[in-house]
Amino acid sequence: MPTSGIFKICKKLIICSLICLLSTAKLQIAYAAVSFEGESFNPGEMINHHIKDAHGWEIAHGLVIPLPIILYSKADGLVIFSSDHFFNGAHEEVDYEGYRLSDGHISRADGQPVFDFSITKNVLFIFIDATIMMLVFFAVARGYKKNEGKAPRGLQSFFEPVIIYIRDEVVKPSIGGNYQKYLPYLLTLFFFVWFGNLLGLIPGAANMTGNIAVTAVLAFGTFLITNFSGKKAYWAHIFWTPGVPWWLRPIILPVELIGVLTKPVSLMVRLFVSITAGHIVVLSLISLTFIFHSWMVGLGSTLIVTLITIIELLVATIQAYVFTMFTSLYIGMALEEHH
Amino acid sequence: MDLLIPNYGLLFWQLVVFSIVLTILAVFVWKPVTEALRRRESVIEDSIKSAELAREEMMQIKADNEIVLKEARVQRDQLLKDAKTVANKIKEDAKSETSKISQKMISDAKDIIESEKNAALVEVKNLVSKLSLDIAEKLIHEKLKNDKSQQQLVEKFLKEVKIN
Repeated sequence: MPTSGIFKICKKLIICSLICLLSTAKLQIAYAAVSFEGESFNPGEMINHHIKDAHGWEIAHGLVIPLPIILYSKADGLVIFSSDHFFNGAHEEVDYEGYRLSDGHISRADGQPVFDFSITKNVLFIFIDATIMMLVFFAVARGYKKNEGKAPRGLQSFFEPVIIYIRDEVVKPSIGGNYQKYLPYLLTLFFFVWFGNLLGLIPGAANMTGNIAVTAVLAFGTFLITNFSGKKAYWAHIFWTPGVPWWLRPIILPVELIGVLTKPVSLMVRLFVSITAGHIVVLSLISLTFIFHSWMVGLGSTLIVTLITIIELLVATIQAYVFTMFTSLYIGMALEEHH
Repeated sequence: MDLLIPNYGLLFWQLVVFSIVLTILAVFVWKPVTEALRRRESVIEDSIKSAELAREEMMQIKADNEIVLKEARVQRDQLLKDAKTVANKIKEDAKSETSKISQKMISDAKDIIESEKNAALVEVKNLVSKLSLDIAEKLIHEKLKNDKSQQQLVEKFLKEVKIN
């Protein structure tokens, strides 16, 4: 049909322009960052600034959305104020009511301990990720109620194959018969990571899933579920490994115990590293333009950044898949009755 | 190195938000969605199964029809055969009946003819005898015109009587 052909072309155009926008917008942000920093361009600093968390959401250089600072200290109790109090008109860091922000850390001027539960850029993106998930999946669930017994439509038909893929190709083969108990966690995990990864690719967005605290919590969830659902065979395998000589068993024990920890740690590090690395690669390539002060290099790096961004789209999905896959595998191993 | 140290504030928020999202989605989304999917899958599976069943049933019906048809054919042949024998029998019977009737008719006719013949014969005899009597009378009349001849005849009769 001609209409569907036009539709397809439009879709392709939109995707292409989105990708171009992604890469060029990144370029512009980097450019903005450079132009305000004057002559001395420090790529390391710029990159660090982009991949690290911050109090305040800097969409472009100078354009900062202030975020709430939430502090707890013995002397003042719970204190909430806007992050723009830490900056004066010239974007210089200043103290506010005895609190000092330096290098992203808040401390009290009198040196007493203070606990920082601020809504930072990454926390904001956790909220955004959660909100998008809620909106999307409530719409999907509504679709199932509305189109009961009928073919899926709209958003529902986009996410249904993904949900079924996770269920049938990732969860079911790894966990086996009792998979249904773990499906809600694994689906939430997959979509949280996937959406988070994709959000991170938007220019100006936070490197949320590339933050070790975020991945640590996700990995901790996997750790808890794995060990709480561990059957007799799982623990026997750790503490008294069957099938090896008795004198070897005490030697294997610490190795197995370390193995219990390395599984979630590997999950935590893998996601953090692959997402952060992607951001670093993109930012480094953009930095080349400003290091060489040449539009030719800029053109070249923009092309490469476009390609890398396409790869990053892939990586975003793959990493979400891998995290879910390994979590299911670990749960499956814990549930295994015998070898 | 700063990158590798998890920030406790972020840990806290991530834990809180992820737990809330997990709970809400698990209750309000994943449960109905997975159930709807399972329901739909079972519906599809059932329809495939029932279609298979219907096909098998149809095959069975077809086979049954074949058997019934065969039986009907056999029955028809039997009926035809029976009808033929009955017809033959009727024909035979009719033949024998007609022959019997015709026999009877022939015999009746014969009897009638016989009796008619006899009656005719009697009539003829009577006629002949009457005629002969008349002739005889006439003859006798003629002959016995004279006494002599009468005498002679009486004698002749007497002679005959004597013999008897």
